Amino acid sequence: MPDQALSNIKVLDFTQHLAGPYCTKLMAGQGADVIKVERPETGDLARRLGPYPGDVPHPEKSGLFLHLNINKRSITLDLASDAGRKIARQLAAEADVVVESFRPGTMAAFGLDYQSLKAVNPNLVMTSVSNFGQTGPYRDYRGSDIIFYAMGGEMTGTGLADREPLKLGPNVIMYQAGATASVATMGALFLSLGIGDGEGAGQHVDVSIMETQVGSIDRRMSTLIAYQYTGETSTREHYGGSSYPNGIFPCEDGYFAMAGGRVYFPRSVRMLGSPESLQDPKWHTPQAQSDPELKEEFEQIFYPWILSRTKRQAWESAQGARVLSAPLNTMEDLVNDPFFDQRGAFVQVDHPQAGSLKQPGRPFIMGESPWALERPAPLLGQHNREVLNSLGYTNEDIVCLRQMGVI
Amino acid sequence: MPTEPEPKPPGSKLPLPKLPLPKLPLHGIRVLEFGVVWAGPYCAAFLAGLGAEVIKIESLKVFIPSTRGQTARPSEAILRSLPPSAGGTPGRVPGKRPWNRMPLFNAHGSNKLGMTVDLLQPKGQEALRRLIAISDVIVENNPTQTMEKLGISYEMLKEQNPAIIMLRMPAYANEGPYQNHRSFGFHIEGVVGHSLMRGYADMDPSAITSVLMGDAASGTQGAFAVLSALHHRRRTGKGQLVELSQAENLMSFMGEAFMDYSMNGRNQSTLGNRHHFAIQGCYPCLGDDRWVCITIEDGDDWRNMCRAMGDPAWSQEDALGDPVERYRRHDEIDEKISLWTKTLEPRQVMLLLQEYGLAAGPVMDQRDAFADPHLDQRGAFEEVYQEDTGTHLYPGAPYKLSETPVKIRRGPVRLGEDNQYVYQELLGYTDEEYAVLEEEGHIGMDYHPDVK
Repeated sequence: MPDQALSNIKVLDFTQHLAGPYCTKLMAGQGADVIKVERPETGDLARRLGPYPGDVPHPEKSGLFLHLNINKRSITLDLASDAGRKIARQLAAEADVVVESFRPGTMAAFGLDYQSLKAVNPNLVMTSVSNFGQTGPYRDYRGSDIIFYAMGGEMTGTGLADREPLKLGPNVIMYQAGATASVATMGALFLSLGIGDGEGAGQHVDVSIMETQVGSIDRRMSTLIAYQYTGETSTREHYGGSSYPNGIFPCEDGYFAMAGGRVYFPRSVRMLGSPESLQDPKWHTPQAQSDPELKEEFEQIFYPWILSRTKRQAWESAQGARVLSAPLNTMEDLVNDPFFDQRGAFVQVDHPQAGSLKQPGRPFIMGESPWALERPAPLLGQHNREVLNSLGYTNEDIVCLRQMGVI
Repeated sequence: MPTEPEPKPPGSKLPLPKLPLPKLPLHGIRVLEFGVVWAGPYCAAFLAGLGAEVIKIESLKVFIPSTRGQTARPSEAILRSLPPSAGGTPGRVPGKRPWNRMPLFNAHGSNKLGMTVDLLQPKGQEALRRLIAISDVIVENNPTQTMEKLGISYEMLKEQNPAIIMLRMPAYANEGPYQNHRSFGFHIEGVVGHSLMRGYADMDPSAITSVLMGDAASGTQGAFAVLSALHHRRRTGKGQLVELSQAENLMSFMGEAFMDYSMNGRNQSTLGNRHHFAIQGCYPCLGDDRWVCITIEDGDDWRNMCRAMGDPAWSQEDALGDPVERYRRHDEIDEKISLWTKTLEPRQVMLLLQEYGLAAGPVMDQRDAFADPHLDQRGAFEEVYQEDTGTHLYPGAPYKLSETPVKIRRGPVRLGEDNQYVYQELLGYTDEEYAVLEEEGHIGMDYHPDVK
């Protein structure tokens, strides 16, 4: 097994659904031993969310769960029971990191809040991922992917001017929150490991999903600062955009995106084969990009060109002229692109119940401590025995815990 | 009328920082940033926030569009023609050094140091080599051939410093057929399938507007990658090259859709603002361009929603108690909900529905964000001074650390602001050598007059 960046790190993972599990997935991919604690019988909420093979729901076959939980081990624990909490505390005492995504206050009700765990493990980094953070007037509010984007992010500037604001694709905000939590967790961990044992180097990391949007480079930070500088709020674009050729255009077999206006306009001219008609200086004045008549004239040259090309052909010509551009791929286009396949961007994961499935692989390539697929997403409670044995519970104890509904 | 909720006492009290304050997690780590536009600079901003000494390396002879603005010396008229994030300098005027006044740059400029150098001259290369020898991490997100032209490769870095960590963030790859493909985050999203999953459901894809989630994903996970490599280096002493393909990195964010194709051969398309099983939408409110988002997941939510609206007659129909029937009649329900939300302000809807235990929140514009009591109470914005823009509020770190609070220590870095520190204090250049480098166009705080 290759040496990995986090091979020596133990993570106790109380998260479920998406943002928290994505944070611990990133760490598991770097070799951390992530023990996922699930509720007996039902497990992680993601097990109840699709997609499922053949659209047949099954708790071990949820595509969302299988994606988010590779490389983790699963145990079940009823945290409402004393025996369950005791096991959780024993595991936390040995962990470098605890990550949880309960509603604020829940861990405290279980006696598993940072103050309690710090008492048994002063070097512990504990990360809490929640809707709106551990403090503040919205602390107990409910949220959803669209609501976090609406309240924290740049939804107000997304979509068209004469329509309602528009969200992003399904759950990308939740993924971003998980990724942000992983950065904060790794920073805190770097400090706690660096200071070493016995010095109380641990800390509590509070991640509010809403605030991961307030601090997002996807336009929000810029527009907030622009408001500070100018008092202007952002507006949504008008259909057709503000410069040309800029946006998304139909082509022979789908759609093609390009940013070829303003400073990039000369590149677009090269992409079109530098036709005589576009050499006229009138195209190259600072005002040209906001002149509707010129835009219309340009489109008469541009549309016949783009409509007679496939998205792949258009991409090739555009990139030949260094035009920032891309095809609008479907998942089918992406998964079957030999470039990504040959680079090893995907992994084939064999799961005992869901079968063999192609999944997204490593997030990045590390030369010395590579990402690895160690195991598929765990079955519910699959690792109860080995984890409890390691804590000194005998097989008889484990039968007893099972009968009591603790695991 | 709903009222403001009483501020609740925090459940898990964050402990007060001990005195003296411990150093930030990445104290003592030096990062060189060759970042352009957003992904690379955002990655380095995370590292700077965590306490690394990030030195942003720029050239007085090259202006990279969409980084410190669209052009080096825009007129007031040009600035006014651009959207606020690209042209919204203070007062919409260029000022003496417009490149230090751009929101799109100042979003990721805080906590960093700035140096300038011309790497196309031997003396510039020499300065860079000396700097690499005393640094820990290099972060870059340029087209592959740009770095080649500047003579920067992992091999070259390793010669100067065997333990160096290099993070490269090409759009697609540093080798192979896509290695020099030009992209904004917007385009990377097209390639990995995001664009086709986020438009209006009733319009064709040409109506999709630009978002830059790809930059956010790359910057964030790039910082995670650097932290991973630092962990590894501390244990093994080894540096390494990390290649983060921005496209591959973003694929994980498409997880469910990817798995749906893998499992069922299905290409998911956009649901607009809807959810795959809940009743969800963005509804108009009282006022101009005011909106609220609501997610109604299950039967309890539905009953609570009806109650919150005052149990209007239409909502009492038995059939609507059935989730399948509700989802089938989503259009009709949306219309009815809109009639109700139009009579209220977005914040009123949130306060009322959250009282009923429902997920609801307003679409907050920038004014709303700065006036929001929750963000205010959590200290989400920090007052920061920068010489060329003055004092303003900026978003702080998007996470909170209990023992080593991460604050903005310094305003957005100005072009070449820390040349003296880097060349003289760090690298030991004499006053005479410094003056020559100034003369030869390496060192300064203004772009060369020929730079557009």
